[in-house]
Amino acid sequence: MTADSSTLALVALLLPAASFLLLGVAAPLRRLGRPAAYVSILPATASLAAAVLAWQAVPAESGAGGTVTRLVWEWLPAAGAPLATVGVLADADSTLMLTLVALVALLVQVYSLAYLDAEPPQGLGRYYAYQSLFAFSMMGLVLAPNLLQLFICWELVGLCSYLLIGFWYQKPAAARAALKAFWTTKAGDVGLLVGIVLLWRAAGTFDLTELRSMAGDGTLPLAGLSVVTACMYLGAAGKSAQFPLHVWLPDAMEGPTPVSALIHAATMVTAGVYLLHRTAWLFALTPEVLVVVAWIGALTALVAAILACAQDDIKRVLAYSTVSQLGYMMAAIGAGFSAAGFFHLLTHGLFKALLFLGAGAVIHAVGSNDLPRMGGLARRMPQTAIVFLVGTLSLAGLPLFAGFLSKEEILGAVLAGGLTGPFLVLMLVAFLTAFYMFRVVFLAFFGTAAPAAALVEGSVEGSVEGIGEGIGEDGADGGTHGAAHGAAHHPHDPPAPMLLPLWVLALLSMAVGVYYTFAHADPGFESPAWLMPAAVGTGVAGIALAWATYQRRAIDAETLAGLVGPIRRAAHARFWIDDLFEGVVARAALALSAVIGWLDRYLVDGVLNVVSAWTVETGDEMRAMQTGRVQDYVYGLAVGLLLILLWVRWALA
Amino acid sequence: MGLQAYLTLAAVVFGIGLFGVLTRRNTIGILLGIELMLNAVNINLVAFSRFAGSETGLIFTVFAICITVAEAAMGLAIVILLFRTRRSVTADHLDLLRG
Repeated sequence: MTADSSTLALVALLLPAASFLLLGVAAPLRRLGRPAAYVSILPATASLAAAVLAWQAVPAESGAGGTVTRLVWEWLPAAGAPLATVGVLADADSTLMLTLVALVALLVQVYSLAYLDAEPPQGLGRYYAYQSLFAFSMMGLVLAPNLLQLFICWELVGLCSYLLIGFWYQKPAAARAALKAFWTTKAGDVGLLVGIVLLWRAAGTFDLTELRSMAGDGTLPLAGLSVVTACMYLGAAGKSAQFPLHVWLPDAMEGPTPVSALIHAATMVTAGVYLLHRTAWLFALTPEVLVVVAWIGALTALVAAILACAQDDIKRVLAYSTVSQLGYMMAAIGAGFSAAGFFHLLTHGLFKALLFLGAGAVIHAVGSNDLPRMGGLARRMPQTAIVFLVGTLSLAGLPLFAGFLSKEEILGAVLAGGLTGPFLVLMLVAFLTAFYMFRVVFLAFFGTAAPAAALVEGSVEGSVEGIGEGIGEDGADGGTHGAAHGAAHHPHDPPAPMLLPLWVLALLSMAVGVYYTFAHADPGFESPAWLMPAAVGTGVAGIALAWATYQRRAIDAETLAGLVGPIRRAAHARFWIDDLFEGVVARAALALSAVIGWLDRYLVDGVLNVVSAWTVETGDEMRAMQTGRVQDYVYGLAVGLLLILLWVRWALA
Repeated sequence: MGLQAYLTLAAVVFGIGLFGVLTRRNTIGILLGIELMLNAVNINLVAFSRFAGSETGLIFTVFAICITVAEAAMGLAIVILLFRTRRSVTADHLDLLRG
């Protein structure tokens, strides 16, 4: 290997930036549509290659000690050391994450080529410009050598998320969801910024390596550190959709499905987990915050898993599932074993992207997000069904699939961390996860499609929704693709650009699962022997229940729902969290703005009005002095001169 | 008679002149007031010259009288022009500078 990993990582980082700049500056190129897509996809391919090379180069350089290579430039020079730097920090974790980001970004960009075929050229160009910007920002975040660059990229990915959720901005729901995502994550980001600045005040540097060595040799001031970590966790909770800031993620599904796969499943939402993993040595100094992280993670996992069971929209099931899995990762970090959380982040990135892209293929074919309107798709789109099943088995945590080891590792980590409560919650969540995912599988791919009458009814509903959804994927798919097939449409497997990413992700999910089953890295803690059978058992039990309910119909779904009546009602109302936010936050904001409005109108404006009125009044009075008669002026002159003379005579005598 | 008396006379004449300038409604009257004030200065100059035993003041006075003549001619010309354009030489009506 000639080039070192940080140089390669820098190349991987700058390629998407270059294509974004090109697409951003050259408007005619952007408006061409498909060529613009290639301008984004080709650098993304090269970027993936560089990322893989960087990842491969790291072990050779680092050895067992895990040293890192850095390329850092001064950004804000200051006396002594520069106040802020920019650059890349390439170590095992960051390059691995970099590879994941580059891989999913590339696959999603290829997939979008077919998925957004109904999009007008300008829209497609805009989409790919955003995609490139996102890839650059996310890689910048992953490779950040200091907290300041991390924060900047953190905000940039938030911006990209906003832009891409609101990609169909003519659709009111999408515009609203984009704003909601932006504001909710921003609420957390304020915490992150405060945390970073507080840490800088205490330690005097933003640099991760320096901070880490300070934490290592105990020179980092410990006073107030829990405030710092709590603030940073707030940022992570916003980005990684932790309870109660998770409300934005399900709504973010208004964006195109590939965007959901990339940003809201595989990469951006895991930034919070990544941040906590990167600063695990810092959080290890504040165990009290870690306990909070673990409990909130477990609670998030549970709440989201329950909500996922009650959803009829296939993307929303996946969205809540993402929230739930993020809760899992956070719980592992809270238990003090951030490597387990990071491992799950990586495997989850693979299979959740797979699930989202698979769901996108289904939506593309059926023209609807509604689970009851699907059914029997396994015969019509066998390849999609197979890859979706791979993703589902991974998520359910069955052996030989990617999710199996990482999930079991998290459970073991939480148990080893002495957190029995969260452990029990997470076991329940594992059961629910298998249940709701196989509910999707059985409803969508097996069984029978809803009767024709229901479909007609559904399509009326769909077209009513379609007015609101207007331009865009759901509308476009339903409107152009689905409608082209007529009322009795025949869904079929998607075209090659969509199938290829699906197969790549499916094979990778399997490969990672198989590879780690046999070459398992030491997680750093001992799991009891009963854990693996128990974890697999709960997963199988969940699958069995879903099978009995939705495939065999041995258990009536309504009876089952009746057993958990209040929970179901609560779940349909999303546990009233959204209402609570709207009620409390919106009302508080309105009340505050009413007060501020009054202050502005009567106090600020009042003072100004008084001053201006007084000026006008005084001017009116004073203009009387200016008679225009020269004699009056001379009189003033003479009197003034006299006064000066008197003053000279008496005062200065 | 001492210097004091001449200076008092000059001050009185100056005061009368100033009073005229400030109070006369007729522009010609204002010009007359200005002449009085100038001549009060001349009295001062001559008196100082006499008591200081130097001719400088006298020369300066002759010079000032010459200037005064020119100034009076100028002032009267302005008054005549004013009368031609506004058909009035009353100072109260000349208030174009009014705010």
